[in-house]
Amino acid sequence: MATAAITAEREHYLNKEYGIRSWLLTTDHKRIALLYLMSITFFFFVGGFFALLIRLELLTPAGDLVQADTYNKLFSMHGQVMIFFFLIPSIPAVLGNFLVPMMIGAKDLAFPRINLLSWYLYILAGLIYIHCIVTGGVDTGWTFYTPFSTAFSNTKVIEAGLSIFVAGFSSILTGLNFVVTIHRMRAPGMTWSRLPLFIWAHYATSIIQLLGTPVLAVTLVLVVFERAFNLGIFDPTRGGDPLLFQHLFWFYSHPAVYIMILPSMGVVAEIIPCFSRKRIFGYHAVALSSIAIAVFGFLVWAHHMFVAGISLYSAMIFSILSYLVAVPSAIKVFNWTATMYKGSISFTTPMLYAFGFIGLFTMGGLTGLFLAALGIDVHVTDTYFVVAHFHYIMVGGAVMGYLGGMHFWWPKISGRMYPEAWGRLAALIVFLGFNLTFFPQFILGYLGMPRRYWQYPPEFQVLNVLSTAGSTILAVGYVLPMVYFLWSMRYGKIADDNPWGAAGLEWKTASPPPTFNFEETPEVTWEAYNYDQIPAPEEVTVER
Amino acid sequence: MFDNFPLWPVPASTGAGNVDALFIFLVLLAGFMSAAIFTMILVFGLRYRRRHGVEAEQIEGSHALEITWSVVPLGIFMVIFAWGAIIYFQERTPPRGATEVYVVAKQWMWKLEHEGGQREINELHVPVGRDVKMIMTSQDVIHSFYVPAFRIKQDVLPGRYTTAWFRAIKPGVYHLFCAEYCGTQHSGMIGQVVVMEPAQYQAWLSGGPISGSLASNGQSIFQQLGCPTCHRFDVQGRGPNLVGVFGKPVSLEDGRTVIADENYIRESILSPSAKVVSGFNPIMPVFQGLVSEEQLTALVAYIKSLSPAPSGAAGTPTLVPAGTKPQEPKE
Repeated sequence: MATAAITAEREHYLNKEYGIRSWLLTTDHKRIALLYLMSITFFFFVGGFFALLIRLELLTPAGDLVQADTYNKLFSMHGQVMIFFFLIPSIPAVLGNFLVPMMIGAKDLAFPRINLLSWYLYILAGLIYIHCIVTGGVDTGWTFYTPFSTAFSNTKVIEAGLSIFVAGFSSILTGLNFVVTIHRMRAPGMTWSRLPLFIWAHYATSIIQLLGTPVLAVTLVLVVFERAFNLGIFDPTRGGDPLLFQHLFWFYSHPAVYIMILPSMGVVAEIIPCFSRKRIFGYHAVALSSIAIAVFGFLVWAHHMFVAGISLYSAMIFSILSYLVAVPSAIKVFNWTATMYKGSISFTTPMLYAFGFIGLFTMGGLTGLFLAALGIDVHVTDTYFVVAHFHYIMVGGAVMGYLGGMHFWWPKISGRMYPEAWGRLAALIVFLGFNLTFFPQFILGYLGMPRRYWQYPPEFQVLNVLSTAGSTILAVGYVLPMVYFLWSMRYGKIADDNPWGAAGLEWKTASPPPTFNFEETPEVTWEAYNYDQIPAPEEVTVER
Repeated sequence: MFDNFPLWPVPASTGAGNVDALFIFLVLLAGFMSAAIFTMILVFGLRYRRRHGVEAEQIEGSHALEITWSVVPLGIFMVIFAWGAIIYFQERTPPRGATEVYVVAKQWMWKLEHEGGQREINELHVPVGRDVKMIMTSQDVIHSFYVPAFRIKQDVLPGRYTTAWFRAIKPGVYHLFCAEYCGTQHSGMIGQVVVMEPAQYQAWLSGGPISGSLASNGQSIFQQLGCPTCHRFDVQGRGPNLVGVFGKPVSLEDGRTVIADENYIRESILSPSAKVVSGFNPIMPVFQGLVSEEQLTALVAYIKSLSPAPSGAAGTPTLVPAGTKPQEPKE
């Protein structure tokens, strides 16, 4: 496909201006989305590199590849990088940034400069964190449990804490921007019940970011104060309470899981109707379940603390509340599945990722029922069962959704099609590699292998070898899309404005969109997912 | 290399079977639900594959279905909740008369002391068929006492006691893990629980060198620190008489009532002014930093020994002489 033949190229957000200044000083939400895309991809591979070293160390029962202290830093930094520098910004800051204004018919976010500021805060946080990594790293686990973090660890706890503190403000500003944008900037006719479910999911996510992240910030400041100025807050020898830290930390960090998974649910709710050529089953149930998850998500934090020393009765209350939050998640899974009923289904790459999401999220969610059961949790908490469970949610769920969304909207973002055959292959590799990596860890956990172990008894080796083997396959599955996305920017087929025949305002503008998204403000006169009014495109052909 | 490859942990305590039963139920439920969802996706995907000239049928939704798939899972969840809560209640409620073991965790070691004064490091010897209650604290960071074969785990915190209990049913040697990340040698903070037949256990108990029971050690510390000056057993001293106090409600100066458990005794030694007993002046010196965790556990054990056994006859408590053997729990 030669592109040189096209004369007088249409102006869009990518070619409007050139040069590094035009990117670093941009206030265009689409360009900021791409800045985020590059930054989080970098951190994804940093965190992934740590993960591979962890898996290689665990090939053998003895601690032999790296030192114990190094291993402790590897899993701590793997967690912190992946959660704070990849998963939390991932879909909101990239796809959300790109799509939220476009999906509601707006020219940009409500506060374009604050949007750029939030990226700079993220970069500042990232630079502090990289400095922390290269000058020795941190070994507290991603959870900073006290009094270990405040009185015993001799690594760069303060630096890591400050870095995540700054990253938190980036997250708060993104959430604030989305909430105001969704409230104030909807195009005429775009009522709340016509909003795409992607928007509902981001609205719920933003509320958590706004209300939860300040608590994390406060907690980290208290950790820094206790460590640096010897205040007694969490350390019992100084009159503090170590459980107070856990309450504060999980008050944010449990809802943070929903910051990571809700946007993925939003992506899946766009992909499945499109490739089933149907309106979504139970629109209002899916929309309101996002809000329910955000609200109930704030009431379950102590289910991380069933063996921590909380009272019998508070444990029971948090157990029952944890089951309540499972209901809206179940509602979503059932509605997505029902959407396929009597549809007209095609198995494109985004759809394969959506299937993968439902499968892995279902398994992650169902194993969450195990962990919420008090008697089971006592045995499996802090073991590999938990590790497997949250990877099924946060990698199986969130990352599958992210990759599905990247493929679905890549034509809109880049103006090019990715190679479909490679896309399907990569989706399959990710799914298989993921299951091989993490399913054995459920068994390891029930057998009793504790997490964060540098060395382990020899009877756990077979399952660990399987897991490590799976992780190398998974790594291939993650590198492939990056390669062919880059390839497609130059050699991919030119994308139509609406290659999938999808509903949604973002598909009614050009690919790539002009700087202000629409030539004129659209007026919405139709319901969301009006697939009966949109002709299906020819079957997506497999491209070489 | 791979000669030992278990897929199910040995159930070696009375509680393990209960945990396994719920776990198996959940595996079946989760397996069924996953299979149902996967089958639906597969069947819909094949049955409704895109074909030329066949349009999708637009369906808005169904209130009946939404209610069904909210209420039915909620009902199932409540069953799981109740089942899990019952097991947890048993796990968290040590039976009366359990043999007590004091555990002090530190980076990166388990120190255990039996009522009879036997000390162990990274090893715990217990008999089959007897309830064993662990009273645990940490000298530094948070650790977690985890015996997979018993399906029990309890975090061990600095500055307070937490408890866990089990009754072993199968002789053998089982892993003891630290399950809460605690620094460099977290994965080296492991040990073993040796479950023995009662006869062997008795032999083991009398085998090693013992320097007096835990309570008698506590009595010597009690004397050394000068506690009997105020805490007298004959007449009312300046401090409360400690005979029969353990396990009983205590009225405080501020009007509250607390149960005198291990944590209360600990707190009253380390920072006595926190909860002053009604009718007494806050004159006791602070022992924070002056007694080690081991001395504290000995003191707690001594003060407990001043109280009659929980199931004992009512009446005037007899002062249990220090150094006597712990009461044999009823089988």
